Amino acid sequence: MQPILEIQGLTKRYADGPIALDAVDLTINQGEIFALLGPNGAGKTTLIGAVCGLVRPSGGTIRAFGVDLAKDWRSARARIGLVPQEMATDMFTKVSDAVNYSRGLFGLKRDPARIEEILTSLTLWDKRDSQIRHLSGGMKRRVLIAKALAHDPQLLFLDEPTAGVDVELRRDMWRQIGAMRAKGTTIVLTTHYIEEAEEMADRVGVIDKGRLLLVEEKRALMARMGSIEAEFALAVPLREVPAALVDYPLVLSDDGASLTYRGHGGAVDARGEVARLTEALVRSNIAFTALDTRQSSLEDIFVDLVEQKA
Amino acid sequence: MSFNPRGAFAIFSFELMRAFRTFFQSIFAPVMTTSLYFIVFGAAIGSKMTQIGGVSYGAYIIPGLLLLTLLGETTSNASFGIYMPRFTGTIYELLSAPVGVAETLIGFVGAAAAKSLILAAIILVTASFFVDYHIAHPLLALLYIVLVAAAFALFGFALGVWADGFEKLGIVPMLILQPLTFLGGTFYSITMLPQPWRSIALANPIVYLVNGLRWTFTGQSDVNIWISFALTIAFLALCAGVIAWMFKTGWRLRS
Repeated sequence: MQPILEIQGLTKRYADGPIALDAVDLTINQGEIFALLGPNGAGKTTLIGAVCGLVRPSGGTIRAFGVDLAKDWRSARARIGLVPQEMATDMFTKVSDAVNYSRGLFGLKRDPARIEEILTSLTLWDKRDSQIRHLSGGMKRRVLIAKALAHDPQLLFLDEPTAGVDVELRRDMWRQIGAMRAKGTTIVLTTHYIEEAEEMADRVGVIDKGRLLLVEEKRALMARMGSIEAEFALAVPLREVPAALVDYPLVLSDDGASLTYRGHGGAVDARGEVARLTEALVRSNIAFTALDTRQSSLEDIFVDLVEQKA
Repeated sequence: MSFNPRGAFAIFSFELMRAFRTFFQSIFAPVMTTSLYFIVFGAAIGSKMTQIGGVSYGAYIIPGLLLLTLLGETTSNASFGIYMPRFTGTIYELLSAPVGVAETLIGFVGAAAAKSLILAAIILVTASFFVDYHIAHPLLALLYIVLVAAAFALFGFALGVWADGFEKLGIVPMLILQPLTFLGGTFYSITMLPQPWRSIALANPIVYLVNGLRWTFTGQSDVNIWISFALTIAFLALCAGVIAWMFKTGWRLRS
């Protein structure tokens, strides 16, 4: 894959605070959705700010579209869009004026047809003559997205795009983001909703205390670090784990009525082990009346990872 | 892309639109206030006053009153123009866009200066209803007003970047510019002042601005008008330099 953004040794040190970014190396590939995960204050917004020109890096280099941002920032910025975390809009401006302004700011001539297309895709067309202050929170966030899309960026940063919006709107926004990717836009998003990354991202990065802990393909990560929990409800309570099963990571409940398997080291391996365990139970004539399995989510992996490194 | 003209125009038109959206505050109120001065000091009291240097008192105070409004309004408009995006957070868009110091200044400072020129034109037309006056050097008067508007728009922009609260935005126009303009010969010639006040008045930079504009209107000035022009251009250059430094270092703009 062609890299669209290459960050090397990016450091941000505030005069009166801790290191916000500590020698971050990151490459974003063209056409992918990359989710940057991390707890509050991890450095996600600072990283985005450094690429978009809001933050002055203390060290390191950022290359976007093959050019050094420190030298040729104009041409690079013209192709980058940003949806900020904060609901920062000029409340007294009409929706269409705000989006037209953004397009002009990025050096493009007026294009009413394109603006109509963007507003329609975000279900804002009916609100085009409304002042932004009269819109709901979800609509305001859509306006921010419309403004970021007004110059058809090839690389789009979404900083907590669904923070504070309801479930229905969040799923709608996921569809919008999917549609942007389908049109070839590369998307970098930060989110607190790990479910969001699990749903959309091709790759994920985990950042904490300014350090990038991990960058990996989401599916590979979940297969490698995921786990499975399987609970067998036993037909007849046991006093102890049978000798034939002691090699499995099993826990017998206090009343002996259920046997719980907790497999780590990768969801794929654990799933196979659950199958073998089931066969072993049958061979040992241990009857069970129910079987519940739960695969760990990306959120579980994220929490484990951040806690391990803390 | 080395310059982004559409970006500059977008900021310029957005800022002008903001002024017309707040027409009563941005245009009507200052015109109304200045008109009251013309009515009281020009038409009512002015008719009882003796001429100054062969010019009626009403006509004599027009340049000073024009500057009184212009300096305050231009500074406030320009400072508010950049402070509001900083305050609301919308400055993210400006900082992430392919616009540099040139486009930003053309947009914000140009719009603030343009608003002031519109204001000056309305004030002069309004003045003609109350006071009989003519402009001795119209082109130079226009040039001087443009220079002063540009200089104080730059000053206002720098003020808007410096300010970290609404109070600071108001302090400079209200507590510094307005008193200096009142004491800068708006309503009188500083030659009327006894010593040492006459010499002290010469330390007030607004005296040179008022007299520079007064010369273009009436052909008379208490100070050397070349000093007035030079001082205005020097102030403009100083403000432009400060703003260039602000952009280069990102002071109070980028974290």
